[in-house]
Amino acid sequence: MLSRRRVGAVALLLTLLAPTAVACGNGDGSGSDALVVYSGRTEQLVGGLLDQLREATGQDVEVRYGSSAELAAQILEEGDRSRVDLFFSQDAGALGALSDEGRLAQLPADVLNLVADKYRADDGTWVATSARARVVAYDPAQVRDSDLPSNLDAVVDPKWRGKIGYAPTNGSWQAFVTSVRVLRGEDGARDWLTKFAANEPKRFENNIAILDAVNKGQLALGLINHYYWYAKVTEEGADQVKARLHFVPGNDPLGLVNVAGVGIVNGSDRADAALKAVRFMLSEQGQRYFADQTAEYPVVKGITTTKHKLPPLDEIHGPDIDLSKLSSLQQTLAMLQEVGLS
Amino acid sequence: MLSAAAALIPLGYLAVRSFEHGAGTVWRVLWRDRTVELAARSLALAGAVTAACLVLGVLAAWLVVRSDLPARRPVAVLLVLPLAVPSYVSGFTWIAEWPVLAGFSGAFLVLTLVSFPYVLLPVAAALRAADPGVEEVARSLGKTSWQTFLVVTLRQVRPAATAGGLLVALYVLSDFGAVSLMRYEAFTMGIYTSYRATFDRTPAAILGCVLVVLAIALTIGERRARGAAAVRSSRGAPRTAAVVPLRRARIPAVLGVLGLITVSLGVPVYSLVRWLVIGSSAGIDMAGLVSAATGTVTVSALGALLTVLMAIPIGILAARHRGPVVRGVELASFAGHALPGITIGLALVFFGIRLAPALYQTTPMLAFAYAVLFLPLAVGAVRTGVSNAPPVLEDVSRSLGKGRAATQLLVTLPLAAPSIVAGAALVFLTCAKELPATLLLRPTEVDTLATELWSKTEGAAFAAAAPYAAVLLVVAALPALLLDRFLHTRGLP
Repeated sequence: MLSRRRVGAVALLLTLLAPTAVACGNGDGSGSDALVVYSGRTEQLVGGLLDQLREATGQDVEVRYGSSAELAAQILEEGDRSRVDLFFSQDAGALGALSDEGRLAQLPADVLNLVADKYRADDGTWVATSARARVVAYDPAQVRDSDLPSNLDAVVDPKWRGKIGYAPTNGSWQAFVTSVRVLRGEDGARDWLTKFAANEPKRFENNIAILDAVNKGQLALGLINHYYWYAKVTEEGADQVKARLHFVPGNDPLGLVNVAGVGIVNGSDRADAALKAVRFMLSEQGQRYFADQTAEYPVVKGITTTKHKLPPLDEIHGPDIDLSKLSSLQQTLAMLQEVGLS
Repeated sequence: MLSAAAALIPLGYLAVRSFEHGAGTVWRVLWRDRTVELAARSLALAGAVTAACLVLGVLAAWLVVRSDLPARRPVAVLLVLPLAVPSYVSGFTWIAEWPVLAGFSGAFLVLTLVSFPYVLLPVAAALRAADPGVEEVARSLGKTSWQTFLVVTLRQVRPAATAGGLLVALYVLSDFGAVSLMRYEAFTMGIYTSYRATFDRTPAAILGCVLVVLAIALTIGERRARGAAAVRSSRGAPRTAAVVPLRRARIPAVLGVLGLITVSLGVPVYSLVRWLVIGSSAGIDMAGLVSAATGTVTVSALGALLTVLMAIPIGILAARHRGPVVRGVELASFAGHALPGITIGLALVFFGIRLAPALYQTTPMLAFAYAVLFLPLAVGAVRTGVSNAPPVLEDVSRSLGKGRAATQLLVTLPLAAPSIVAGAALVFLTCAKELPATLLLRPTEVDTLATELWSKTEGAAFAAAAPYAAVLLVVAALPALLLDRFLHTRGLP
C-alpha cells in the first residue's frame, strides 16, 4: 500500500516537473533588439495595430499587456534599469504620472504637430493616438429622446433619482469629474457632485456593467464611453442591444473627449524604433485602424470611419480643457470621498 | 534561510515605500477616517466569511468522510473544484445575474463560495486521520451521534479547522476581485485606488503595512485558538472509522450538499456556458487556448514546485521545533498572504530588477512570486505531514548512524510525501488563477489562462473570455482529482 502511494506521489511530482523542460527555453530575450512595449490598452483593442506595425516596419515588437496605472507603477519601480521603450496608455493620467517623474522623453515637433494642441502634452513628452467621448447611454423604453439630458445640470434633475448608473473606480468617470472641477472650480464641482449624490445614482464596477444594466432596463441612464456600445453591438449583434447612445454636444463636461496616448520611455536603447512606432500609430494606416476596429476617434485630421455610425468629433466638440490637467486626480478623489461618491 | 528571505521581501519593500516621504506621511495616511473604517469593513467581511466557511467546510467534510452520503468520492472532488474559480469570475457571474447582491451580501456570498474548500480540505484530512476510538468510547457512554459530533469530533478537527479558517481570513483580506465587483468598499480598494487613480505608491504601501499587521494578529490568534494537538488513545496502527448512517438526516444532507455544489460550481459553469452560446465572437481560437493552457500549467507547476521546496524547511522546523526564530519565519510567510497580488508583484519588480536583472520577467521569477504569495498554503501541508510522521522512526534512523539531513531526506520526507504533494496541488490551483502578479512578472508575450481571461473581459468580450474560464476549470480539476486520490490513500494534509 505504501509503495502504491509512493508511486502516485512520484507520478504527480513528475507531472508537475515536466513543463520545467519547456520553461527553460524562454528565459532570455533581454539581449534581442525587439521593441519592448508596455500596453495599458488590451490586446483585443490594439493587438491588430501592433501586428500591422510589425509588418509595416519589419520591427520585432514585444508587448506586455496590463492596466495603465499598474504598468505605470511598474515602470516607476523598474527605474532606470527598465527595458521598456514605449508606454501605450489608456489615458493621459498615467502618461502624466510618468512624465512628472521624468520618465518620458521629449518627442520631436513634427510628430507633436500631427495632432491638435489639446491632444498632446504641454511639455511634448506624450501624444494622443485616439480619442473617446463620454456619452449618456439610455434605455429607449424608459426615456423619450426629448427628455435626454443636454448638459451637466440636466443629469441631476430629480426625475432621474435612482435611475442613473456610474462607475466610481473607472478612470474615465474620474477624468470626467476632474474636468468638472477644472471647468467649474472646486466649489462648483462640489455643488454638482453633492446634487448628483443626493439623486441616489447606482454604482457599477465598470462601463460594461452599466451598459448591461441599461440594456436590461434596470437603469434609465448610464454615464459611459462611446465605444463600449459599438463593441457590444459588434459582439452580440445590433438587434440584441436595446440601449441607445446620446452624444452631448457643445462645451460641456458631459461630452468630455478623453484620449489614449503614447510616450517614449527615457533611456530607451531603441529610441529610434520607438519613434518609428509612434509615427506609425499616427499614420493614416494607424489612425484608420482606430476608426474602423475600435470605433474610436482618430486624432489626426481628415481621417474618418466608414464602418461605424459615429457623429463627427468636431460636432461633439467636448469641453475646452487641457487634458494634461486631468492628472490632478488626487484632489478629485478627495472630493469624491468627501461627497460620498468614491 | 532563503525561504525566510523570500517571505521578508514584500515586507522590506513596504518599509522602503512607506517611509520614503517620511513618517509624517505615514501618520497622515493612517489617521484618515477612511483607513480605520475600511479596515473595520474588511475585518467584518473576513469574520463573516470565515465563520460561514468553518460551518460549511466542517459539515461538508464530515459528510464526505464519515457519513453514508451517496456518491461520496465524486462529491468530494466537486466540493474542491470551487477553489479553481477565480473570485473575479464568480463575482462577475453573480452580479450579472443578480444585481441586488451588490454590497456586503454579494461579497460575503462569493468569497464564501470560492474559499470554503480551504477549510474542507484540512478538516477532511483530519477526520480521516483521527482516532475513531474516542468517538466509540463516547457512544458507549450513551452519547448520541450528534452529541458525539459536538463533543468529540469537533474537538479532534479543531486544529485543522482553525488553520483552514486562517487561510480563508487572510484570503478575504487580500481579495480585490470579488469586493470590487460587488462594490463593497474593503481595504484593498484603498490600495488599488491609490495605484490606479493617483499613481502614488506610498499610501498603497502604508495601507499594505496595515494589512500585514492585521495578518500577524490573525495568525497569532489562530495559534491561540488551535488548541491541543489531536489525541490518539490507542497505540496501534490507525483504523478507519465506521460509517455513520444519516437515517432521517439523509435527505436534508443530500439536498444541502447538492445546493452547495450548485451555487459554488453550477452557477459559474452555467454562466460560462451561456456566454459561450450567446457570443458571436466565440469562434474559439484553439491555438490561443492551447498556448494559454500550456502557459498556465508551466508557470503554476513551477510555482507549486518552488513553493513546496521552500516550504519544506519551514514546515519541518515548525513541526519539530518551537522557538522565536521559527515562529518569526512562519509568521512572516503568513503576513505576505494578506497582501494583494499587486503589492507582492511590485515588491518583486523593485527587488527583482535590481538584484537579479537576468531573471526579471522570466518564468523562474514568476514562480518565486507565487512562492512568496502562497507559501502559507504549503507550509501548513508540510507541517501537518511531518507532525503525523512518528518521530520514533527518525530516532531509529539517527541511531543507525544517519545524520540529521540524511534522516530528513530519507525518512521524514517520504513519510510526509502525500501531505506535501497535496499541498503542491493546492498551490498549483491557486497559482493557476492568480492575476495581478502574473501580469507584472510573466515573461513578455507568455499568456496564461488567467491573463487571457482578464484581457478578454477588459475588452468587453465575455463570449471570447468564456472558453478560457472553462479551460481554467478543467486544468484545475486535474490537481483536484489527485488531491482527492491522496486524501483517500491516507488522511492528510
